[in-house]
Amino acid sequence: MSDLIHASAVELAAQIANKTVSAVEVAQAHLDRIAEVDGRVNAFLYVDGDGALEQARAVDHAVASGQTLSPLAGVPLALKDVLTQTGVPTTAGSKILEGWRPPYDATVVERLRDAGVVILGKTNMDEFAMGSSTENSAYGPTHNPWDLERIPGGSSGGSAAAVSAYEAPLAIGTDTGGSIRQPAAVTGIVGAKPTYGAVSRYGLVAFSSSLDQAGPFARTVVDTALLHSVIAGHDPRDSTSIKEAVPDVVGAAKSADVSKMRIGVVRELSGEGYQPGVQARFDEAVELLRAQGAEIIEISCPSFTYALGAYYLIAPSECSSNLARFDAMRFGLRTDDNGELSAEDVMRHTRAAGFGPEVKRRIILGTYALSSGYYDAYYGQAQKVRTLITRDFEAAWASVDVLISPTTPTEPFRIGERVNDPVAMYKADLCTLPSSLYGGPAISVPIGLGDENLPVGLQVMAPVMADDQVYRVASAVEKALAQQWGGLLLDQAVAL
Amino acid sequence: MSALLIDFDEVIANFDPVLGLEVHVELGTASKMFCGCATEFGAEPNTQVCPTCLGLPGSLPVVNGTAVESAIRIGLALNCSIASWCRFARKNYFYPDMPKNFQTSQYDEPICFEGYLDVDVETDEGTRTFRVEIERAHMEEDTGKSLHVGGSTGRIHGADFSLVDYNRAGIPLIEIVTKPLEGAGKYAPEVAKAYVGALRDLLRGLGVSDVKMEQGSLRCDVNLSLRTSPDAPLGTRTETKNVNSLRSVERAIRYEMQRQAALLADGTAIIQETRHWHEDTGVTTSGRVKSDAEDYRYFPEPDLVPVAPSAEWIEQLRSQLPEPPADRSKRLRQEWGISEKEMQSVINAGALDLVLATIAEGADPAASRKWWLGELARRANDEGVELESLAITAKQVADLEALVQSGRLNDKLARQVIDGVLAGEGEPAAVADSRGLQIVSDDSALLAAINEAIAADPDAAQKIRDGKVAAAGALVGAVMKATQGQADAGRVRELVLQELGQ
Repeated sequence: MSDLIHASAVELAAQIANKTVSAVEVAQAHLDRIAEVDGRVNAFLYVDGDGALEQARAVDHAVASGQTLSPLAGVPLALKDVLTQTGVPTTAGSKILEGWRPPYDATVVERLRDAGVVILGKTNMDEFAMGSSTENSAYGPTHNPWDLERIPGGSSGGSAAAVSAYEAPLAIGTDTGGSIRQPAAVTGIVGAKPTYGAVSRYGLVAFSSSLDQAGPFARTVVDTALLHSVIAGHDPRDSTSIKEAVPDVVGAAKSADVSKMRIGVVRELSGEGYQPGVQARFDEAVELLRAQGAEIIEISCPSFTYALGAYYLIAPSECSSNLARFDAMRFGLRTDDNGELSAEDVMRHTRAAGFGPEVKRRIILGTYALSSGYYDAYYGQAQKVRTLITRDFEAAWASVDVLISPTTPTEPFRIGERVNDPVAMYKADLCTLPSSLYGGPAISVPIGLGDENLPVGLQVMAPVMADDQVYRVASAVEKALAQQWGGLLLDQAVAL
Repeated sequence: MSALLIDFDEVIANFDPVLGLEVHVELGTASKMFCGCATEFGAEPNTQVCPTCLGLPGSLPVVNGTAVESAIRIGLALNCSIASWCRFARKNYFYPDMPKNFQTSQYDEPICFEGYLDVDVETDEGTRTFRVEIERAHMEEDTGKSLHVGGSTGRIHGADFSLVDYNRAGIPLIEIVTKPLEGAGKYAPEVAKAYVGALRDLLRGLGVSDVKMEQGSLRCDVNLSLRTSPDAPLGTRTETKNVNSLRSVERAIRYEMQRQAALLADGTAIIQETRHWHEDTGVTTSGRVKSDAEDYRYFPEPDLVPVAPSAEWIEQLRSQLPEPPADRSKRLRQEWGISEKEMQSVINAGALDLVLATIAEGADPAASRKWWLGELARRANDEGVELESLAITAKQVADLEALVQSGRLNDKLARQVIDGVLAGEGEPAAVADSRGLQIVSDDSALLAAINEAIAADPDAAQKIRDGKVAAAGALVGAVMKATQGQADAGRVRELVLQELGQ
């Protein structure tokens, strides 16, 4: 039965549909795997065994009664603990939400349910999605399945590690500045940030509203595209949701045809600070694409250099406001409500006790950046940089179809290595921040192992609502490398 | 608690008041500003709530299109420009009855800006029109409502515990802000009252709000400062809240002018603060000290897309605006053949819509005005409520008048019927029946009483016989008294004169 955990989502869905295996067996195999390895990985904050088996039974019932199934019916999935699911704890990795069971489903969760996807549980993350290593979780770090001493990336480190450790074939993460792409890269799997507005944010506990975007993780590009197509689409409950039809990402992933595509290599996303092994794998991937008929063009995007600075003003500013609602009044933690303290003091004590240091750092940073007298110099200026970055992208689209870069400048660092150096930590997102600020789609796909024998990813970025293009390129790379390796990169990992 | 005051005339002799009015209007939309929750007033606490208006993690706002339409219509009626593109902004501050700890409002991009409303005020030199300039009208959401239990003040300090009702959280509000109103001098309180009254009439005419001040669907904050002369720099202002009736607007401003003047005359600086108006005691008391340094950290609301009403839509809304209240009152004045002053008294009493509704129910204009401005205005005043809050409808007043016209009731009996209607005894005809109110129209019964009256007052009788018809009043009065008012005074007079050969 252990083959079930190594199978792709496509294979599992086919086997369930043709009754080779039941959805309950598939769910149970993954629950068993979680029980076996998650003590070491710590990918999950909450495993909903009963709920998962119940959903799986419903799929089996649908199969038995001959109903037409969605392409992912019965496939298990790990859900980042930042999305609400009725009756199941949602913590966003924070003490301040400990014990909160939301009374409503996120739109993403609703769509997953409608598609018959079986939700195994909620995954670990950096508190409120603030971090690049999952070390900022209030519930302990997640470990990279390739090397348990290493970080799995973040903030969606739990979701990425769950897929990488075969605890789930699919996972949902959220990406604000790279929180899907960077963990995907360092755990050797595929992760995509859809166009901002393509996937509803309703039910996504907000970090930075203008940047947050939920997206799929899987071990293959086609599986990732299938999950993308299930969760994307217009939602009237999210005002920033895009009304246009979702591009055919599955078709693009299956075609993998990059002949005559114009692919831009971003000059600013290389050089100093990039590990030699990362650069070498990237250069090889470029050659693979050229060999498949793509035209490779070097592109300069000068404003990308300022992405880090702009991001660390915009995201904290929005978070300082978004996180104001955690005040002990209506849900979550309440501290020192002893009948003596005023409501304001209870709020103050609760927030002091409930938020971790990185969250506090960003709230303070954002509060400062929005203050009168500083707004123009910080928040206002950062918005201007954001506009410049968008212009760089738009200028690039005049000559290329997609842009590519390494997903991260380095291989995954050791747990604890950067916890006392926030700026070093922030640099893990150097390559992923520009397209977050722009709002276009981007994907990370594995391209080999670096100097420390740890995974390296390729990032593909495309114009807004051209999500199909990133899948097309990622799939081409995956296919070419599969021929070299005889399988997926993940097959080279040491079994847990 | 009451502060030292200076006589109002002395205030005017020494100071020039500058006013600023902020009016919050709760829109009468079926659902809230950013979610689908109901907006019914007075529902059980926390029954009209959802993840969005409770500010639960992950929830998102969606703009209520009807509220935007109402905002634009209000702006157009106030002669404002309408923004072709504007955004919502977050106003960040912590308060327990504000679910997200920020209010979704508008900051430097209001949907309506630069308008005016002309109001007429009676002055020593006759009616004068004051132009109240509107700086902006913007959209925002209301907060929840705190109830502080225990303690003597009903305020948060000293309370044993507090309860919060979030039904009101997220109800659409339009905040209408005037520019500083200068040059009103001693008429400042009247101008402010006339402005709020005119605004109320205008909003009611638009049908966008029920504009009930006592229920808080129209709330007025009064900013006031004094300076020594119109050329002097602006003085420090206070912002008085809780001004919940038209009469209070006038009284609160008068009081605040007298209080500030007393302090200034004494050389004491005015503290920039929020003050609370107390309707019962007629004073303002100090609230929160407000400093210019208060920082709401406004920034554009990233969860919402900009509002961009098309020029076509705006023009369509403009073409569908109802007749402005000022034009309407001019037209009605001509139709009813009454003076401007008489019309003004109808408007000032808040009776125009009631009079119109009563006419629509079949009463004639003069009678409708007579009831609402006379007896009913007196009742409202006695009960300390707005005229429209009296427990009598326009239809009931029209029915009452019909009973008078038919000769069944006279005015005195009609007033007793009003007693019954206000006491909840039912419709006018039913009250008249159950209370046995009916003009005595049986001449033989009246003649008996008349003859008794003549016997009792032979002097008056002789005067009438001598042709002094005016003396009949005394005898008519006696007969009315004897019949406990249930006689038709006109008929009694006829019979008295007839009996005495006139």
